[in-house]
Amino acid sequence: MNSPWRQRLHGHLGLLIAGSVLMLIALASLIIPALSPYDYYTPQLELISRPPMLSGGHLLGTDPLGRDLLIRVLWGCRISLLIALLASLISVVVGVLWGAIAGYAGGYTDALMMRTVDVLYSVPFVPFVIVLTMLFGRQLWLMFIAIGAVSWLDIARIVRGEALSLKRREFIDAARVSGVHGARMIGRHIVPNLLGVVIIYATLTVPTVILFEAFMSFLGLGVRVPLASLGSLIADGASDMQAHPHLLLVPAAVLASIIYCFNFLGDGLRDLLDPRKHS
Amino acid sequence: MSEALLQIRSLAVRYPAPHGQAAGAVQALSGVDLDVAAGECLGLVGESGSGKTAILLSILGLLPPNARLGGSIRFHGDELVGMPLKRLNQIRGTRIAMIFQDPMSALNPYMRIIDQLSEVPRVHGGLSRRDAGQRALEMLEAVHIGEPRRRARQYPHELSGGMRQRVMIAMALIAEPELILADEPTTALDVTVQAQILELLQELRERTGAALLLVTHDLGIVAQLADRVGVMRHGRIVEQAGCLALFERPQHEYTRSLLAAMPRLKVPA
Repeated sequence: MNSPWRQRLHGHLGLLIAGSVLMLIALASLIIPALSPYDYYTPQLELISRPPMLSGGHLLGTDPLGRDLLIRVLWGCRISLLIALLASLISVVVGVLWGAIAGYAGGYTDALMMRTVDVLYSVPFVPFVIVLTMLFGRQLWLMFIAIGAVSWLDIARIVRGEALSLKRREFIDAARVSGVHGARMIGRHIVPNLLGVVIIYATLTVPTVILFEAFMSFLGLGVRVPLASLGSLIADGASDMQAHPHLLLVPAAVLASIIYCFNFLGDGLRDLLDPRKHS
Repeated sequence: MSEALLQIRSLAVRYPAPHGQAAGAVQALSGVDLDVAAGECLGLVGESGSGKTAILLSILGLLPPNARLGGSIRFHGDELVGMPLKRLNQIRGTRIAMIFQDPMSALNPYMRIIDQLSEVPRVHGGLSRRDAGQRALEMLEAVHIGEPRRRARQYPHELSGGMRQRVMIAMALIAEPELILADEPTTALDVTVQAQILELLQELRERTGAALLLVTHDLGIVAQLADRVGVMRHGRIVEQAGCLALFERPQHEYTRSLLAAMPRLKVPA
């Protein structure tokens, strides 16, 4: 009783492990590059494409320009996690609010808001990003906006559907006859009851966003060289995978474990935050 | 009778047929006249679909958007039909409150009991979280919930059915409304709990002097609580009388058959 959170966490081993691994990756990507003698951009031509080895200082080997792969992968984690979190945050916040308001308000408001979503859906994504990069150059923040702008559409649609069915539930009526309305109704009654769906969808969004970013980097629209994201590292590694498989395998393994952890995290969080699961 | 608290005149509710179809329109209510005096308990009985609940829903503006509402509902002389939502929201919860049939589905599963109870004083009284919480605890005590502090921290699914209905009643009464609408408040409960809840309703009503519009299909409850009774069928009130008079001298054919349908305990002599 004195430590309800410990009680709650009990039996959520998967959640704990996934959370710890993500924290570890995030911390490593923040700390190790600052302490390491190597950086992600200086070529060392005498050390081209070394395989991983314990001695010699390059634990995970080097890339075709002789740069330390560990440092490049950790920098890639920084970029990928940053994009994943920020873009997902944008898309979840915008999508949930948009969908909840449309679904709860109904009528013309709903029609107008959802037709806007339809129109945005029909904008082809890749040309849209190309136009953005032509206008503003290759900026990192552009990626947040571009990905966020596209991925909130799905969430808005799903949330709107849920809000439509929630609206007919009796406790919403009960809140209405208590005089609750407007922002308070949406914030206290609609959105909390959407939590389960939103968390699942958000954790599905994070991997999608990371893969989106990888795809854009692959097309040369993502981060600017010499900076790397996990996506661009994988793209580079794939071109050289027969001779130097570690260049593909290391970033791919890291990306896979990040995505796997996020999926676990979503499942666990949903259970943890649902009060009905803790009687 | 003095000036009625609630005055309903020729109330009609109609659900039009789905778009483009000739048949399928439903007349849920027609020509309903009803008065509720301050402090009185009016029971509404009738079979399923007779329009009992529709009356309650139209009073608080809860009918689905496709419903067509006609006639007049006056509360303290103010017309509720077509009242702007802003003004209606000031009446909802504070002056007219509602108790729902199934407390499980009428409580927000993601909200602690104390937060649900605090909602009315927070929205209307502008009370701080702390003061509203204090008020909520008082209310939990008033509806005789044991260990109110512990219960207040819990979620609806952690309470028993009877306790949930007590919470519902506490929610409805927290702002001391003049009129309580109760939609089959005991139907979802088992018989022993029913009796306790009815007792509680009666007790709180005597204390606050609130009027009660009680919808039920249980004539036993009506006999126990109501001062007057309205019998409904097919969206009309077929008979309205004092409680005793109705049970002793039912005028309408339908009332007689309704009374005859009450199960009786036959004890051999």
